[in-house]
Amino acid sequence: MTGPLQVGFIPLVDAAALIVAVDKGFAAAEGLDVALVREVSWSNVRDKLNIGLFDAAHLLAPVAIASSLGLGHVKVPIVAPFNLGFNRNSITVSPALHAAIMGEISGDRFDPMATALALARVVAARCKRGAEPLTFGMTFPFSTHNYQLRFWMAAGGVDPDEDVRMVVLPPPYMGDSLASGQIDGFCVGAPWNSIAVDRGVGHILHFVSDILVRAAEKVLAVRQSWSERNQPILAALIRAAFRAAEFIEQPENRAEAARILARPERIGVDAEIIQRTLDGRLKISPDGVMRESGRFRLADRQGAARPDPAQAAWLYAQMARWGQASISPEALKTAMAVFRPDLYDTALGLRGDTERPAPGSIGAFAGAPFDPADVAGYLASFKISRLKP
Amino acid sequence: MGAESSPKIVIVDESPIRAAILEEGLREAGFTGVVHISEMQSLLARIYALDPDVILIDLENPSRDVLEQMFQVSRAVRRPIAMFVDQSDAASIQASVDAGVSAYIVDGLKKERIKPILDLCISRFNAFAKLQAELDRAKSALEDRKVIDRAKGILMKLKGLTEDEAYVLLRSTAMREKKKIGEIAQSILTASELLK
Repeated sequence: MTGPLQVGFIPLVDAAALIVAVDKGFAAAEGLDVALVREVSWSNVRDKLNIGLFDAAHLLAPVAIASSLGLGHVKVPIVAPFNLGFNRNSITVSPALHAAIMGEISGDRFDPMATALALARVVAARCKRGAEPLTFGMTFPFSTHNYQLRFWMAAGGVDPDEDVRMVVLPPPYMGDSLASGQIDGFCVGAPWNSIAVDRGVGHILHFVSDILVRAAEKVLAVRQSWSERNQPILAALIRAAFRAAEFIEQPENRAEAARILARPERIGVDAEIIQRTLDGRLKISPDGVMRESGRFRLADRQGAARPDPAQAAWLYAQMARWGQASISPEALKTAMAVFRPDLYDTALGLRGDTERPAPGSIGAFAGAPFDPADVAGYLASFKISRLKP
Repeated sequence: MGAESSPKIVIVDESPIRAAILEEGLREAGFTGVVHISEMQSLLARIYALDPDVILIDLENPSRDVLEQMFQVSRAVRRPIAMFVDQSDAASIQASVDAGVSAYIVDGLKKERIKPILDLCISRFNAFAKLQAELDRAKSALEDRKVIDRAKGILMKLKGLTEDEAYVLLRSTAMREKKKIGEIAQSILTASELLK
C-alpha cells in the first residue's frame, strides 16, 4: 500500500463508527493510516469505490448489493464485512400531512399499520377531490429509505408507484423541500429528521424500527478483489470500527463522540442534535414531544455490526418486489454473499457461532415472515408489488 | 432525433463559469442544442420537460443522486436514460471521475456520438480546475502581500527601519528559518496582536 487508505463517507450519523475510529485513534492503534473523504452523493461514493479511488466506503447496503448484481450501473462485486447502521432512519411528514393522518387514524399513532391505513384514507380523499398526489422524498433508488417507505405505505394499501410520487432528494435538501411544499414527507437517516423537527417544518411519524425490527442500512464496503488482496488491512479496519462502535455505545462517551462527529469536516451539524440520535431519544414534533426507542440505536448491541446474509436477502427481495431486479436463485445467492460475517468473525477472532442473532430476524410489522429460502413465496404474499415477469 | 442532427445536451452545474466554459466548448465543436440548468429545485421536472439526449453533471453536485432515479422504471420517464458507462472502457470512467463530471445518455444513442462530447467535457472540466487553482494561487499571493506590508509597517515602527530594511529583515529571517516570507510576516502580526 502506498499512502493512507482512502475511505469515503456521506455526512450522516451512521458513519459514526468510521469517523470515530479515525478521529479517536482506533485506526491508528491498529496501525492504519486512514484519510476520510467526505462526499456529496451516493453515486460518487459508489463510482469512486468501483474504480478504486476509494479503498473502502460508508455505503448504502442496497447499493453494495446492486453493484454486485450490476443493477443500474457497472457490475463490480462488493463485499460488506461490517454493518455501520441499523434503524437510524425515520419517516418525517409535514405538519399538514401529520394533521391529516392523525385526523384519520384509529388506534395507536406509533402503530405503523394504523398510520398506513390512515395514509390510505388521506390519499383516497385527495384523489376524490382531484388534489395532486402526495410526494415522498428518499435518498436513493437503491436505499433502505426507499424500501421502508414503500413497505409501510403498501401495507396500508397505498401503491407507491401509482397513488403517490416517490422522488430522490439529497438529505440536506429534505427540510427545505418539506418547508416549501415540494414534498409532503420523507424517509432519511439522522440527523436530518431532527433538523426538520427543530425548524418546525416536520413531525417524525415513525422511527423505522417501528416498521422493521432490524434492517441493515449502511455497511462498510470494499471491492471483493481488494478484500482478497488486503486481508490484514481489512481485518484491522474492521477491528478499528468495532472498537469505535463499542466506544460510542458507552453512555459516558457519547458527548465526546457527538463533538467529534459535529466537526465541520465530518457531519457538520450541532453536537446536541447528533447526541439525541446517539442516545436514541428524539424530539418528534416542533412542540417538543420526545420519544425514546431502545431499538433506535443498535450501534453494536446484539452483534448488530455482524453482517447477516438474511438481511441481504431481504433487501434483494425488496429490489425484486419493486421491479429493480428479477427473481433468480443465482441473484439471491450473489446478494447474500455480499454480507460477509466470516470476514467479521476472522477480524475479531470470533468463532462463527458466538453471539449470533437469530437468522432472518427482520421482524416486519406486516406481511408473511421472511424466509431467505423462499423469496418468491414471500413476495407472492404481497398484494401490491411490481414483480418482473 | 435524426441520425445527423445535433443531440440535445443539458448541463447541470451550479457553477455558472464552469458551465459557460463547457457550453462554449460544445458550441465550438458544433453541438448547438445546449441548455444549462443551475437551479436544483424541481430538477427532474425540468429535465423531463427539456427531454435531452445527454445530461452532464458535475460531481460536486449532491443532485447527482436525483439523476440516478431516471434509471428506474417510472411512469414519468418517456425515454430510458442510462449512465454513460462501458464495462470495457474503464479509462474513460476514470478520466471523467478525475475531472469531476459524469454523463447520462438516452438509451440507444450511439457510443461514437457520445464519446467526443464526454472527451470535450473532461478537457473543459480539467481546464476549469486549472484556472481555479491559478486563481486560488493568485488570491493567496495577494493575501501574502497584504500580510507582508503590514508586518513591514510594524517592523518600521518598532525598530525604526526603512521599508527596504524591514523587507530585508523579513527575507533573511525567512531564509534562516527555512520558511516563507508570508509565514514570518504572519507570525509578526500574531505576536504584535498578542503583545497589544
